[in-house]
Amino acid sequence: MTVTTEMHENGAPEKLLAPVLSAFWDEPQSWTLETYRRHEGYEGLRKALAMTPDDLIAYVKDSGLRGRGGAGFPTGMKWQFIPQGDGKPHYLVVNADESEPGTCKDIPLLFANPHSLIEGMIIACYAIRSEHAFIYLRGETVPVLRRLHEAVREAYEAGYLGTDILGSGLKLDITVHAGAGAYICGEETALLDSLEGRRGQPRLRPPFPAVEGLYACPTVVNNVESIASVPAILNRGKDWFKAMGTEKSPGFTLYSLSGHVVGPGQYEAPLGITLRQLLDMSGGMRPGHRLKFWTPGGSSTPMFTDEHLDVPLDYEGVGAAGSMLGTKALQCFDETTCVVRAVTRWTEFYAHESCGKCTPCREGTYWLVQLLRDIEAGKGVMSDLDKLNDIADNINGKSFCALGDGAASPIFSSLKYFREEYEQHITGKGCPFDPKKSTLWADTEVNA
Amino acid sequence: MTASPQTPGVSLGMPQLPAPDFPADVRARLEADAREVIARYPDSRSALLPLLHLTQSEEGYVSRTGIRFCAEVLGLTTAEVTAVATFYTMYRRGPSGDYQVGVCTNTLCAVMGGDAIFEELKEHLGVGNNETTPDGKVTLEHIECNAACDYAPVVMVNWEFFDNQTPQSAKAMVDDLLAGRPVAPTRGAPLCTYKETARILAGFPDERPGAVEASGGAGPASLIGLRIARGETPEHGRVVHPRGESAADTEEGE
Repeated sequence: MTVTTEMHENGAPEKLLAPVLSAFWDEPQSWTLETYRRHEGYEGLRKALAMTPDDLIAYVKDSGLRGRGGAGFPTGMKWQFIPQGDGKPHYLVVNADESEPGTCKDIPLLFANPHSLIEGMIIACYAIRSEHAFIYLRGETVPVLRRLHEAVREAYEAGYLGTDILGSGLKLDITVHAGAGAYICGEETALLDSLEGRRGQPRLRPPFPAVEGLYACPTVVNNVESIASVPAILNRGKDWFKAMGTEKSPGFTLYSLSGHVVGPGQYEAPLGITLRQLLDMSGGMRPGHRLKFWTPGGSSTPMFTDEHLDVPLDYEGVGAAGSMLGTKALQCFDETTCVVRAVTRWTEFYAHESCGKCTPCREGTYWLVQLLRDIEAGKGVMSDLDKLNDIADNINGKSFCALGDGAASPIFSSLKYFREEYEQHITGKGCPFDPKKSTLWADTEVNA
Repeated sequence: MTASPQTPGVSLGMPQLPAPDFPADVRARLEADAREVIARYPDSRSALLPLLHLTQSEEGYVSRTGIRFCAEVLGLTTAEVTAVATFYTMYRRGPSGDYQVGVCTNTLCAVMGGDAIFEELKEHLGVGNNETTPDGKVTLEHIECNAACDYAPVVMVNWEFFDNQTPQSAKAMVDDLLAGRPVAPTRGAPLCTYKETARILAGFPDERPGAVEASGGAGPASLIGLRIARGETPEHGRVVHPRGESAADTEEGE
């Protein structure tokens, strides 16, 4: 379908969006402590320090905040799992290894507003009784690394980090750690191995990180956006937070629109907004084109088509429609895009990033790539399609970690919605699409 | 992880002799840096990834000497360090260029033009994937998703963002690099060399004046939702050309 501008029946965009973390990103020096303080920065921390740690955990749990890294696990519950009085050090590790294809929310958040993360980390560490926290940032984003170095420096200087934080007697150090290029390190146990100076390979669970995480000590691993959302919840109250979104998916979140759309970018909105609403307010698909397929939360979440435009983008809504909310990375492709090409490229990514630890993923992704490359090049046979499904089925749920499940998702979902297009590649002995028509500049060149 | 084609050829003859050490003055300087890095962690082995970045800041890649250094300061074997160094794609396996130009060819960027940019850059520079221009300036590679999909197609140079690229803008940019002209990204700080970038990755803040502030708080795509929420009309469909082309060139076609 063509997304038109019949948006007004859905309400004005000002009412559909809710900038909180992004509310002052357009300030000239949005990343500085000075700007952050002007926007009630570190007020949430003061309120948190007035509570006992256990009350604070209960408060975050009551707010209903769920993890923004993909799985949607309740953040407060993760904190509650940390055993107390065990005599071991506790650690908070922030997962800033944003690498899921399509996902681009944590990087702009940290670039424009790093102090929201720092403040959230101090609150979280007070709750779980941790004196040392880590930010594991993917290494390939040096501009963000600079601002994290600077934000941590400013926070120490202002007395938010170090010893006796704000006169509370609390002690906390934050170490900014740059990764070195490995998608798998976004998986929390692989991240911990990597942070311990090893190859980033997932660990067997149990024991879970809450019991034996970093250095075999109780550890909370949280996504950037989850932690950065905590200060606002403390400052403005859990009822304010719960008034947004749905009962089971409360609050605000960053949706990242990308692809063949007029207005790619970050949209902070209450959970449950739909892609149709986002496209309506932002100008829709590029002129003269229509939506063909899209991902609700990165390439590891089963793809949707134009029949899913009205699916509420919250954890339950997307799940009920057969996919996952994931990272809310809304990659939109129009009718010029070959789905076989798209899936082949994603599968090459999974094969490249498979850590090699478990056989179904290591071997399965390799063979998927071989089959898909043949099909895309017009050298496939019809039985390859069932073979693709079969191999994906042998990876899905049978791999060590979720990377394998993610690799299977685009295969299953594209065969479900676009089997005919695969068949066209086989019967027509080649790809019927012209890749030039999908480029950002395609229509500019035609019209110029 | 896929092995890099830069891997030195395998010799089936005598086993290699132990790698030579760094010259004494270099070793002393790196050891002082390494102590600072190690002090950030409760367990010294956690310093291994930053220390591998540190050796790249010295040599531009992870050499056998660099591996020996990491092993000695952390009390590991060279085999243990090599196992880690070969797992991660940011560690180069052989001498490479001052500027690492990475074209995103993951699905979304590829479809939006990344494939075309990569092909044209290969032809323009006369190098293949993971190869370096003869003057040692530019190493070209294709990279995976770099978390900037709302700015597709994206090119990274020394891990700074070059957003909304076209084949023309990317070729003009590498021409500037080859000619030694200063180059600034759309998001990030004016480019420094790969070695200098590696030092930041090792955890040593960029000391250049203006580096943290460079390119402002957020790029235009990051602000679009905020602008709409305020009732402003965002500049739709604007192609940002950081280098050479004026915005007017692209608006004609709208």
